[in-house]
Amino acid sequence: MIGDLSGLVGEFAIQISQMLLVLLLAPLLTGFVRKVKARLLRRRGPPLLQPYWDLAKLARKEAIVAESASWLFRGIPYLVFAMTWVAAALVPTFGTGLLFSWSADLIAIIALLGGARFFLALAGMDVGTSFGGLGSSREMMFATLAEPALIMIVFTLALIAGSTQLSTVAEFMLSPDVGLRISLALALVALVIVALAENARIPVDNPATHLELTMVHEAMVLEYSGRHLAMIDLSAQIKLLLYVSLIACVFAPFGLAPVAASFSAHMFGVVAYVGKLAFAGLMLALFETSVAKMRVFRVPDFIGVALMLGLLATLLRFMSRGF
Amino acid sequence: MPTLSEIRDPFPEMDCRPWPRRLIAAPAWRALVEKLAAGELSLLGLWGEAACVHMAVLEPSPYSVVVASLAAEDGGFPSVGRRHPPAIRLERAIHDLFGLRAVDALDDRPWLDHGRWPVRAPLGAKIPALASPPAYAFLPSVGQGLSQIPVGPVHAGIIEPGHFRFTTGGETLVRLEARLGYTHKGVEGLMAGATLDHAAKLAARCSGDSTVAYSLAFAQAVEAAQGLAPPPRAVWIRALMAELERIANHLGDFGAICNDAAFALMLAHCSVLREHVLRACASCFGHRLMMDAIVPGGVRVDGAEHAEIILRGLVATIRLALPQLAALYDNTASLQDRTVGAGILKPELARRFACGGFVGRASGRSFDARRDLAYAPYDKLSFDVPVLQEGDVNARVWIRIREIEQSLCLIDQILTETPSGDSYAETATPQAGEGLAIVEGFRGDILVWTRVGSDGAVERCHLRDPSWFQWPLLEAVVEGNIVADFPLCNKSFNCSYSGHDL
Repeated sequence: MIGDLSGLVGEFAIQISQMLLVLLLAPLLTGFVRKVKARLLRRRGPPLLQPYWDLAKLARKEAIVAESASWLFRGIPYLVFAMTWVAAALVPTFGTGLLFSWSADLIAIIALLGGARFFLALAGMDVGTSFGGLGSSREMMFATLAEPALIMIVFTLALIAGSTQLSTVAEFMLSPDVGLRISLALALVALVIVALAENARIPVDNPATHLELTMVHEAMVLEYSGRHLAMIDLSAQIKLLLYVSLIACVFAPFGLAPVAASFSAHMFGVVAYVGKLAFAGLMLALFETSVAKMRVFRVPDFIGVALMLGLLATLLRFMSRGF
Repeated sequence: MPTLSEIRDPFPEMDCRPWPRRLIAAPAWRALVEKLAAGELSLLGLWGEAACVHMAVLEPSPYSVVVASLAAEDGGFPSVGRRHPPAIRLERAIHDLFGLRAVDALDDRPWLDHGRWPVRAPLGAKIPALASPPAYAFLPSVGQGLSQIPVGPVHAGIIEPGHFRFTTGGETLVRLEARLGYTHKGVEGLMAGATLDHAAKLAARCSGDSTVAYSLAFAQAVEAAQGLAPPPRAVWIRALMAELERIANHLGDFGAICNDAAFALMLAHCSVLREHVLRACASCFGHRLMMDAIVPGGVRVDGAEHAEIILRGLVATIRLALPQLAALYDNTASLQDRTVGAGILKPELARRFACGGFVGRASGRSFDARRDLAYAPYDKLSFDVPVLQEGDVNARVWIRIREIEQSLCLIDQILTETPSGDSYAETATPQAGEGLAIVEGFRGDILVWTRVGSDGAVERCHLRDPSWFQWPLLEAVVEGNIVADFPLCNKSFNCSYSGHDL
């Protein structure tokens, strides 16, 4: 069984191990980015495993719920977590032979993430405090541009690889047919911008700020505490991992174990994946240290660039097969 | 309109040094207020006593200070704030502390008294507090689609408490109203009857980041009241400490402003430099913030043995690092995009409110107590007072950078020229009297007025923080900005809560 990872059972095993891997690694990636940022600022920084301890602490703590909150507010953290986790399960991390991959594609990932955002924004407004509304309105303002940008990127990939299914896209990217394409470069830049915006990173949002008035994502979830907050935080960490995985899977698919590959190929895939995560974490920390946050009204311009790049990439594909 | 000498000369001069205080009558008071409203004079302070109010005004070219007092009739005095808005909050504070009403005031809401004290007018009539004080009425904003955001007094970060009431139309700020007074400690009440030693400690704790400036202002006021001159060496060491404090705070602000734009790199660099300053202060003067080092009569610490070597090394370190940080600030486009053009304070407002420090100087108000009301040893030192006209966050950052450079030059001069000798002189026979001192702290000019009794205890002492004239301007500055830019504007002002609430 172990030597042979083909067939339904093998794919199921890969799917389950990938889901667990994503869940396990997500806090570590966040911890790693924080650590690198701290080192860049000549600080010692929190331990690498701090996000795990934080989640454990939050899970044990009492959850204080605002009097004005409805059942939606209490249910949404779990819903958001489930949707984000399922979305992350659809992105090949170390192997392409994912069971779920045949039933859901990139469009489904966007839909899941969009749905999670919708519910989170709803929860922000549900409590009726001014910060929740402020955060939700800002989040939605950014999302109206980030989501179409993401869809444009998906169109580009689909036109190149001939499929919206990530496993197929990754295998196509691994094949020599890819070559150098301008549209791919445009899509990569656009995807990185969208990833920064969607994960509430600098220059769009500051994940480390204590200034309520400048928050976007944090303002939206300001009323959450205890196990609810643990779910929200874990979802955010998984989302960051998801985007890194997505970029790695499409633009740096080396090391990905193909369908029905051997166990050792899969192990190599895991090692390569962790390497990619570390590189992405390092780049993210470097970038976040070197720029300041944008003015809130400047952000649509920034994400608009992603939308335009995505559009351009798609158009280029229509004009010429060569791009 | 009568001239200033017509307003004050016929009236009896009280024994207040170095600027005499005159007991004037109500018509002269009103004439003075008209001159303030016309912009011929600027308000330095307005404070109360059990049965009278005092006003200090600044006369320009050449700068001189006029202090006037008016006996309160029927517990009231003609409002200054009605014609000159900077006085409004000072009047509200006088009413809360002394129970003296500003007649025809525009705003008669309480300011420092939040209805939680056991008595009203604790320094005046001591009336028992109301059983259920009325809720504080924030100024209304009427319009379609406006919403309110209440922030504070407890904030998410480790900062002082203050309440901010924002009215917004979407992301755009329509009105900001601050409510302060949460850190009221009753300093003026504690000062009454305190011994000089104790009073000096109280003064040093008005606002922890300006402890040197407050101690210096208090010591100068007491020395003026008692007709003492501190030993020459003490005067120079005081200036040394004041400049070190200014550098440490400006460095801290520089980093913190950038950090509010999520540029943590600058905060990291500036924190390292600020730490160098604080450690140098600790090894030279025995305390990182140099608290309680300055007392009436001189300084308590003369400076450690190797102080000069340590401080020259410090100056060299900052001189090396500061241009690089300024270049980093100037070359980071994303940071410039946030600070340039954000939170513009118009020069006419800065002039009208006579706001000091970097806030005033970034908006074209060229006033520095060290130069314009020169006290020793600044009269013997050469330095520039940087002034900019833009009035935005960027200008306030640059004023700080330029002031650090000037302070470094001053430290160089002080280290070279400090005379030897005693640094503390015991008061032989305590003398009664009144003294007024205006000292340039890092935020701006701090005013201290005190009356010392013949037993050597403080009878009455008023300390006016520069923030009194800066907080109201912050509300004006954010108008038309977006909500998310308020923290940046606020940090560039960096007003004191503690010094203001007293």
